[in-house]
Amino acid sequence: MTATHTRPGMQLVPEGPGGERWILNYGPQHPATHTVFRMVLELDGERIVSSVTHVGYLHSGFEKLGEVLDYDQYVVIVDRMNYVSPIANGIAWHTACERLFGIEPTPRCKAIRTICAELARIQDHLLNVGVAGLDLGGFTAFLYGFNAREAIYDLFEQLSGSRFHTSYTRVGGVSMDMPDGWPANVKRFLRELPRALDDVEALLTKNRIFIERTRGIGYLSPEDAVAWGVTGPVARASGVRRDLRKDEPYLCYADNWDGRGSPAVDFKVPVSRLGDVYARYLIRLEEMRQSAHIIEQLIDNIPPGPVDVTDEKLPLPDKREVFFSIEGLIHHFERIMTNRGFRPPVGEAYGANETANGELGYYVVSDGGRCPYRARTRPPSFFQYQVFDRIVVGHQISDIPPILNSLNIIAAELDR
Amino acid sequence: MKAWGSSTSSVVQVLRDRFPEIDFAPGALRPDEAGPAAQIGVRVPADRLVEVMRFLRDDPRTRFEQLVDLTCVDYLNFPGARDRYGVIYSLLSITWNHRLWVKCFVNDPDPCVPSVCGVWKGAEWPEREVYDMFGIRFEGHPDLRRILTWEGFDAHPLRKDYPVTGRGERERFARVTRETA
Amino acid sequence: MELNRIASMGDPQPPVPGQPAGTDDVLLTRLDRLVEAIRRHTVNWSRKNSLWPLPFATACCGIELMATGASRFDIARFGAEAMRFSPRQSDLLIVAGRVAIKMMPILQRLYVQMCEPKWVISMGACACTGGVFDAYATVQGIDQFMPVDVYVPGCPPRPETLLEGVMAIQRIVERDGVRPSAARGQGLRIVVGPA
Repeated sequence: MTATHTRPGMQLVPEGPGGERWILNYGPQHPATHTVFRMVLELDGERIVSSVTHVGYLHSGFEKLGEVLDYDQYVVIVDRMNYVSPIANGIAWHTACERLFGIEPTPRCKAIRTICAELARIQDHLLNVGVAGLDLGGFTAFLYGFNAREAIYDLFEQLSGSRFHTSYTRVGGVSMDMPDGWPANVKRFLRELPRALDDVEALLTKNRIFIERTRGIGYLSPEDAVAWGVTGPVARASGVRRDLRKDEPYLCYADNWDGRGSPAVDFKVPVSRLGDVYARYLIRLEEMRQSAHIIEQLIDNIPPGPVDVTDEKLPLPDKREVFFSIEGLIHHFERIMTNRGFRPPVGEAYGANETANGELGYYVVSDGGRCPYRARTRPPSFFQYQVFDRIVVGHQISDIPPILNSLNIIAAELDR
Repeated sequence: MKAWGSSTSSVVQVLRDRFPEIDFAPGALRPDEAGPAAQIGVRVPADRLVEVMRFLRDDPRTRFEQLVDLTCVDYLNFPGARDRYGVIYSLLSITWNHRLWVKCFVNDPDPCVPSVCGVWKGAEWPEREVYDMFGIRFEGHPDLRRILTWEGFDAHPLRKDYPVTGRGERERFARVTRETA
Repeated sequence: MELNRIASMGDPQPPVPGQPAGTDDVLLTRLDRLVEAIRRHTVNWSRKNSLWPLPFATACCGIELMATGASRFDIARFGAEAMRFSPRQSDLLIVAGRVAIKMMPILQRLYVQMCEPKWVISMGACACTGGVFDAYATVQGIDQFMPVDVYVPGCPPRPETLLEGVMAIQRIVERDGVRPSAARGQGLRIVVGPA
């Protein structure tokens, strides 16, 4: 097994009379572990012979909290899972909830959610690509990436009121409709994004040091990717042709998403056969460009109309109705009081989205009450980190930061 | 672009043909949902689990190459539940683009399920997590130990009889003060 | 013996109203005023303008900490861009993010390993009080188990708020002194509000 995970020309030094192995503890406090993971490495000089990862250093009890918070309150917690693209978690959570409730959001809501999901994807990949440079010592790539992310934060702040954890989605809709100047700001961002991506590419893509440190490193075969449950850019970099947006379309990725025959948004999904860190970096860059293309197609075509579903008593009513009409007041109380609230059907549902990290799914079990009976997150980072122990064998210690970064492990999603 | 579960009913038929003695009790995950887009779950008894899973992975008509998720639900307070723990496997076929949910029910005391690590390698950590959170033992697992909670913790937090705020574990630490540090 | 008594007295206490100032107090005050001035304008000034943070970033606040270090908000204006992940090389521990039970002993060990003088910022609602995670595995506020100098509220705090916290630490550092160990832990008696 180790032979397939080494570069051509690399070989393991067998443990002979002169060879000694030693144990190194890597983390959980370490500059190159993105937040908190820990690996115990068995080393032969600089080469890693085996690695055992320990996780759980950020386990906060998310899934238990899902059993005491209702379907709209839980979006606050869910935002804090994949914290580099927070709004994507909320969109995926409410995709699953709406599948459970058996409702479909309005076309306007779908368009806004799709734009937000793609902005979140760009946000996630920008951080990953920036930190790909940072972990190898190229601080400027990090600054370029973060500068572009600040523009996305401004967009989310205008949309939802908060730059980071937006808690924007609700069952059946979103918390507030898009403000008037928002599409113009998004279009301005889309004009500036290619320049930011070109800056990062100019620093890294043809940089000899970057290539030498990432080509052939951390190879994952497509069979292993599928067997280990890996999805998303990591799997696509290994050659697995799978993207939920194309294979199980949802939101605006499906044909006739607005009920009037609009086609699905047009975009390409990059797939590579190289399977190494460099391939994952290239795929993320290309996915960002494709996301920008998706947003361009939607931003001028957001359908007018209500943003929340109107035929269920699900969304919170408008405040003018709450304050000035008795029906609005009753409707408001029916939704928020703890002995009332949501009344979903009894049953289970699984809803998944293709987020920047892979297939983010939620398995929601409902007993008819206002809180989920069980809110299970299917975290892509959890499945991707399993692979780490296998793909790092045979590499050197200094190969760990690029491999770890290319898997895009978010500790909060991993540990929940 | 296929809709979800469009060929899942044929999967259930294939399963029934191959294992006529098992009552799979197929049904939509949400009981009032019907139609081609419904998500289908089947029940498999624990003693036949690995055999059925291996068949599902290898048979060319089903080809569930990927185990998407492995989780558990504690049905202790669920209305109308007969068994306590339901271990739920979400399967995905990349070739045919369909999904299936397999449920295996076990009970106290000493809930135990055979491990599917031999079928899908990616089951290793999720099974450890189910062991950690629910206390279900997986026979044949290469390395069954706690994964998310800390050493010395002996409860299983996601069980329904464990309180959300815990039993005081989060208050039992030594204090480090400015004088002692 | 006189020198020992003076050396063990620590910072000058403010005069208590109603009590006459003794001759010893007057002598101490002038000398201490000089030492205090030197300390504030050189030692403390250089310390506060070159704080080296240890970014103990666990979760979302870690990303806002990185954003504070990035170009728009630029913690380098305050001299604090040298993020050193080793406790031996840093003097400001920024606990950014929730602390799980599994991680708390490690955080305490990091604090103990840091060299004096050291300060702690508890960044974000989770580090201050447990935040939204009132669950079995999250420590409900790190100040229950280790000392904290400045609490920065927010979930996550905006980078400007974190910079306000760093400025508060700077005000604390400015008032700090080389005090004997027995006088430490007495509290600083300053209220840090918006400047």
